[in-house]
Parts: sequence; C-alpha cells; structure tokens
Amino acid sequence: MNRFEYLEARTLPEAITVLGQDEGTRIVAGATDFLVRWRQGLWKPRSVLSIQRIPGLDRVDYSPATGLSLGSLVTIRTLELHPLIQQYYPALSQAATTFAGVQIRNLATVGGNICNASPSGDTLPALIACGAECRLIGPEGERLVPLESFFLGPGRSALRPAEILIELHLPPPPPHTGALYIKHSPRSAMDISTVGVASVVTLEGGDGVCQEVRITLGAVAPTVMRASSAEALLRGQRLEAGLIQQAARAATEDARPIDDIRGTARHRRAIVEALTGRTLRSAIQMAQGASFPFQTQRALAVEAML
Amino acid sequence: MKQSLRLTINGEPYELLAEPYWSLLDLLRDHLHLTGTKRGCDEGDCGACTVLMQGKTATSCMVLALDARDKEVITVEGLAQGNKLHPVQEAFVTYGGVQCGYCTPGLIMSAVGLLLENPNPTEEDVRFSIGGNLCRCTGYAKVVQAILKAAEAMPAAGA
Repeated sequence: MNRFEYLEARTLPEAITVLGQDEGTRIVAGATDFLVRWRQGLWKPRSVLSIQRIPGLDRVDYSPATGLSLGSLVTIRTLELHPLIQQYYPALSQAATTFAGVQIRNLATVGGNICNASPSGDTLPALIACGAECRLIGPEGERLVPLESFFLGPGRSALRPAEILIELHLPPPPPHTGALYIKHSPRSAMDISTVGVASVVTLEGGDGVCQEVRITLGAVAPTVMRASSAEALLRGQRLEAGLIQQAARAATEDARPIDDIRGTARHRRAIVEALTGRTLRSAIQMAQGASFPFQTQRALAVEAML
Repeated sequence: MKQSLRLTINGEPYELLAEPYWSLLDLLRDHLHLTGTKRGCDEGDCGACTVLMQGKTATSCMVLALDARDKEVITVEGLAQGNKLHPVQEAFVTYGGVQCGYCTPGLIMSAVGLLLENPNPTEEDVRFSIGGNLCRCTGYAKVVQAILKAAEAMPAAGA
C-alpha cells in the first residue's frame, strides 16, 4: 500500500485548482470505495482531496415545478430515508435500501457511486430511469451531462481532468407514474448485484396507455444501460400481460452480460427477464394508484438467493 | 505527513497527530488502544468495526481518520455508564446474543444506532438494520431477539 497525503478543499474553486495541479490527486467523499481499492493496491494516489467540507454539496431540494436537486455529497442513507425522495422517486429509495449495509450507507455518497462508474452501482439504474442529469464543474466552467451518457465503461466516465460532479437534477415525475427497482444478489445485504433492474412507468390518465417508460439494467453490460427495444414495445400501448412478457423477453436481447463469479451470462439473461416483468407489473400498479408502504417496497426490492 | 486532528471519542476530547492514510479504526485500535472495536475484513463488508459518528453508524475501517476531524465518535467502550451496561448490552447478555463475541461490538453499535433512529422497530426493521454485520456463530435469531427486547426495555430505563 502506498502512503498518500491528505488535502482538503473548503470551496469548489479551491478543489478545482488543487486537482489541476497534480493528476496524482484523487477526490474522496465518503471514501468507502477509495479505501477498499487503495488497500487492494489498485489505486495509488499521491494525495487524496477530501471535498466533504465544501458547504452546500449535501443539499436535497425538491419542488413540484423543477424536480429534485441532489448535491453530490448526499449520502445513500438520505436517498433511502428522505420522505420526498420516497414519495416522488421511490425507485431511488428502493435502490438505496439494497446498497451495502446501514453503516456504509451513512458514509457513501451518491456522487461517489456515480463517479466510480461501476456497471453494478446500485443507485445508477434508478437514477437513469428517473432521467437524472449531472452538473459538472471544472477549469473550463460548468456543463450538464445526462447521466445516461456519463458512463463510458467499467470505472470510466465523461469526467474530464480536474472536473467535479457537484449536483444531480431529476425532473419532476409526471402524474400517474410508478416505479420499482429490484436487485438480485447472492446475499440480501453487503453484496454486489448479479442483476439490477429499474422500471419507471407513466400511464395516460392513470388507467390508459403507456405514455412513457424507462427500463434500466445494471450489471449486464460494461455500463448501466437502457433496455431500449423493450421500452419501444410498450410506449403508446395498453400494458397487458402478454405485452409485458414480450417486453421482458426483449430486455434479455438488449442486455450484453458476461460470465463472472456472480453468475453466467445465460443466468443473467434469465434474471433480466424475470425482473423486467416483475418491476414493470409493480410499477404499473403504482401508476394506477395502488399505494405500497415503503416497507413493502423494500421487501420487493431486495431479492437474494440466500 | 502527520496532521493535527481534534475529535471527541466517548465524550472525551482528543487532540493528536494522525497520518493521512490511517483509518478511524487504525486510530482507535492501534494508537488509542480502544480495542473494543474489532477489525474483521478491513474492507467495509463485515461490520465488526462499526462505531457511531455524529450519532450514525459507520464502519470505522472505511473512514479516513482525518475525515473524523471535529466529529463525535462513540465506540462500544462508551456505552456503559460506570458499572451499568447499556440496555442493548444488557439484552445481548440476557438473551444470549453472543457466541464467539467477535462481531458483538459491531452488532451492538448497529443496534444502538437503529434504536436512536427508530425506538420501536419491527423484527424486519431489526433484520434490515443488521444486514451489514456478519456473524458466523449465532444464526442471528438471538441477536434479533436481544435487540427487540432492548427496544422494549429502553423507555422503562429512561434511555
């Protein structure tokens, strides 16, 4: 294990300057991914730059007109428990509840989960399904990048040198929207997902045709991805059982899984089919007005073999 | 290079020098000799090193010591008042929530953290709250029972 120096920024301009001075400096927030990879010898920074004390980056703001703003330092535990997030972005709270254990969720940040760009990052399918956009700030100023196009590959993102993710923005959900995320993993806590699926469905008038649908798949491709052909089958249609089954099958063709320690590609495709169908059916019920207490959503979201 | 670090541990103010790469767990065990907090996996998976930081549970192996600057940390050593065990500790003893004991400090801190947030948990709440604590002896049944009994006992104890 290399030894590193500890730097601290109190403002964003200070952080950008420090990052620009040495490419061997790595940002840390909750540090829960950093410390694991450092101890494994995978990351060998000369310095870490803690951004935890930059004021304002842990804010949660919601308004019905503009939607949700999440500072990049908002913890996973806040995503899980915040009443407005549970109410308007339930897939995000459900995803947070499947994330590691409470003692990690209290430390880990949503910005860290994004910037680590793991294909199995637990919050990513839900954030993309909710239409999240990233606000980045760097030496050349600010820019907005849809989260969907932020990921380039495992551990690789659109972040440029000395650029920092400062905020996420999620548009307000239209009326008659329902959502469910399910994580399938060998163990129900402290495990990496074999497959994660989020579905967000909006119905016209609450019982009509599908106005909009987003289905996102985690851990079945080099990045979290949309199941675009499955979505296309559903948009503008009445969501009847046969069509949902067809879409679930289409999602298995959208997925590009590999064989690894957590499952074979074939097994992953089978899980994608089951979870796509199941998340869609529950999301539709919620869009039709069925109310699920968070405890019920939590039990649906965590699916383990053991 | 070592940096100065001020923090509060179990109500006591500390001022010391810490290396940038020390975890809070390294600081507690190796430098302050507060060895009640256990080192299990050292990668955030097992929960044996769980402490409270600002009243919330945290795996101390996953916290940079310097990130704990100005924070309030409670370890398992800080729960008992004199000779009187904390109600959660008392319940672990009474209901047999301990076997080899290695995971116990972490489980107790997770339970204390849960009861601070939710004084009347359901069994399911308890099971979700200790999802991040691995125990290879007890099978968790008696641990869960102990935490539920502690929750019942705590209003009576005035805690």
